[in-house]
Amino acid sequence: MTAVVALDSLLDTRRVWRGQAITSRTAVQPTGHATLDEFLPGGGWPESAISELLVAATGIGELSLLWPTLARLTTAGERVVLITPPHRPYPQAWLAAGVDLRWLTIVQAKGRDALWAAEQCLRSGSCAAVLCWPQQADDRALRRLQVAAETGQTLGFVYRPLHEASNPSPAALRLTIEAQPAQLRVIKCRGGLAPGQALPASAWQ
Amino acid sequence: MLWACILLPQLAMDGILRHCDDAAAPLVLLAGPPQRRVLQAVNAAARKLGLKPGQSLVAAQALTHDFATADYDPLMIERWQQFLAAWGYGYSAQVSLHYPRCLLLEVHSSLGLFGPWPRFETRLREELTDLGFRHRITLAPNPAAARVLANAHDGLAVTDTAVLHQALGVLPIERLGLPREVSTSLVRMGLRHLHQLLALPRDSLARRFPAQVLAQLDTLLGHRPLPLEFYRPPDVFDTRIELNFEVESHQALLFPLRRLTADLAAFLAGRDSGVQRFSLYLEHRTLPDSEVPVGLLSTEREPAMLFELTRGRLEHLQLPAPVLAVRLLARDLPAFTPAHQALFDERPQQNVPWEQLRERLRARLGDDAVVSLSARADHRPECAWRESSLAHTEPLPQVGLRPGWLLSTPQPLREEGLLTLAGPERIESGWWDGADARRDYYRVQTATGQQGWAFRALTGGPLLLHGWFA
Repeated sequence: MTAVVALDSLLDTRRVWRGQAITSRTAVQPTGHATLDEFLPGGGWPESAISELLVAATGIGELSLLWPTLARLTTAGERVVLITPPHRPYPQAWLAAGVDLRWLTIVQAKGRDALWAAEQCLRSGSCAAVLCWPQQADDRALRRLQVAAETGQTLGFVYRPLHEASNPSPAALRLTIEAQPAQLRVIKCRGGLAPGQALPASAWQ
Repeated sequence: MLWACILLPQLAMDGILRHCDDAAAPLVLLAGPPQRRVLQAVNAAARKLGLKPGQSLVAAQALTHDFATADYDPLMIERWQQFLAAWGYGYSAQVSLHYPRCLLLEVHSSLGLFGPWPRFETRLREELTDLGFRHRITLAPNPAAARVLANAHDGLAVTDTAVLHQALGVLPIERLGLPREVSTSLVRMGLRHLHQLLALPRDSLARRFPAQVLAQLDTLLGHRPLPLEFYRPPDVFDTRIELNFEVESHQALLFPLRRLTADLAAFLAGRDSGVQRFSLYLEHRTLPDSEVPVGLLSTEREPAMLFELTRGRLEHLQLPAPVLAVRLLARDLPAFTPAHQALFDERPQQNVPWEQLRERLRARLGDDAVVSLSARADHRPECAWRESSLAHTEPLPQVGLRPGWLLSTPQPLREEGLLTLAGPERIESGWWDGADARRDYYRVQTATGQQGWAFRALTGGPLLLHGWFA
């Protein structure tokens, strides 16, 4: 029974999974916050995939987390689409964050139409990033968005309430943003191990 | 200048035969009042049966019954002439329908693009044959001569004035396009060919014959220009398709719709313009037409896109009654500038361009669903933004820290456990337009850790939340 087997061959046949290392380092986009980049297992937002942001409440820095990314994309002349944002973006604040409003588009849709619009935008490949706030998004709807993001090679960000964290999701990266204490946790990261500790909100605010 | 004359000897017949399944079957065209129908034109198969133009229908039916009939419709001939002129416009900027059943094309300026004349002529002939029109083509330095040469020749190309005079000189007098009584009397005088006529002194000709005879001769020889009216493509696209049966579902309308939008795209490509607004009319038997207006944010002319958008709008419509005919009307056709595309596109899989995606979203979600946001130079938060279909930029005043989210209506905020982080910042503006605002804004943190932007009016009142520092 006790035969000596080389560890490399076991690793190659994927019968042994090494926990710490990132097995397949997917392409990522920098978040614009150096500490956040370091903290995320991939080193940034996973490209051509959905990142899920589970937010405890409004007004705890969930937008400023993305602003550097949106600013970088819009100043490069790439389109960013907001689908059914919960409130109106205050133009002066977004301009102050460096976002070029000419490349920002807001789509208003209700219910399932919002998911349809998000899928269309993700799939088209003509948008650089799509942000959506779906009202009711189940596992299947998110999987559709994930496939659409892969097809269109687009960054997708889905904002959902924190209590959805217990439900499974096909998103490539899942972050929770908590208010008390103000911090950020990674609860899922495809191809890597989620770090155990949390990142305080001061890292990006 | 060189003029090509394309004579269409059987325009009416060819126009009908195009739509016939069996072009070789005997067919006659009928004209005249219902009491006395006369054969206006017959095709080769009908001629073989002994039918002749000018025969009465009764006489023809006494001979045989094995022929199909159709109406000789002058309106239809006019439509085919316009169709062929539009076709010819693709080859020359100067196309004229001066003579009936005949296209005149100025081809000298087109030779650089379409090659030497023999190759160009072959191409014209091939396309006309494909379209199903019999034709005779001649080339001459002036349009009148080309037309007259087409009476006697097919394929003759004259580029030189001396050769033209020679070719015209041997033409019979009857073929010169002179008034019938003039040519009859000339023939009776023993003049058979044009060169004999030209040998006569001009003043005696002018005395004996109407002035138009000398004018026609001078035009033929190129001494006198022929004023031509040139074909101009129409400024409005208006096409109607009558359906063979009453259509009650959207699905059955898609096929004629695809044809209409494809025709529109071809028309736009020919004019080098685009379309921004057009209407689709669905005609019913008793009810007024249903109109489906289609408006785009930018000019487009891609057939697939036009079809998809119209389809999106059509699917929203509930048909009040069965549809008998579909009509597409596009009035304003602005200039089309193709979207700028980089040669080495960074996104190779870009399968749907943004304009198309935007129109698709608008078609389903409504015209106001896709907006751009821009800032306005106003200190009042509720006036500091503008939503429109196109983004504006204007110089903005320096302002303090503003929240990322703005609530559409301020909400009362519970003051227990509230922490003031910054403020007050006074915003006092708008006394001139009736929406006077005098407020002190604070950056606050709630007991749950959320950062908000709240204000209290100077006149007092509760603390109202106006935004979130997200």
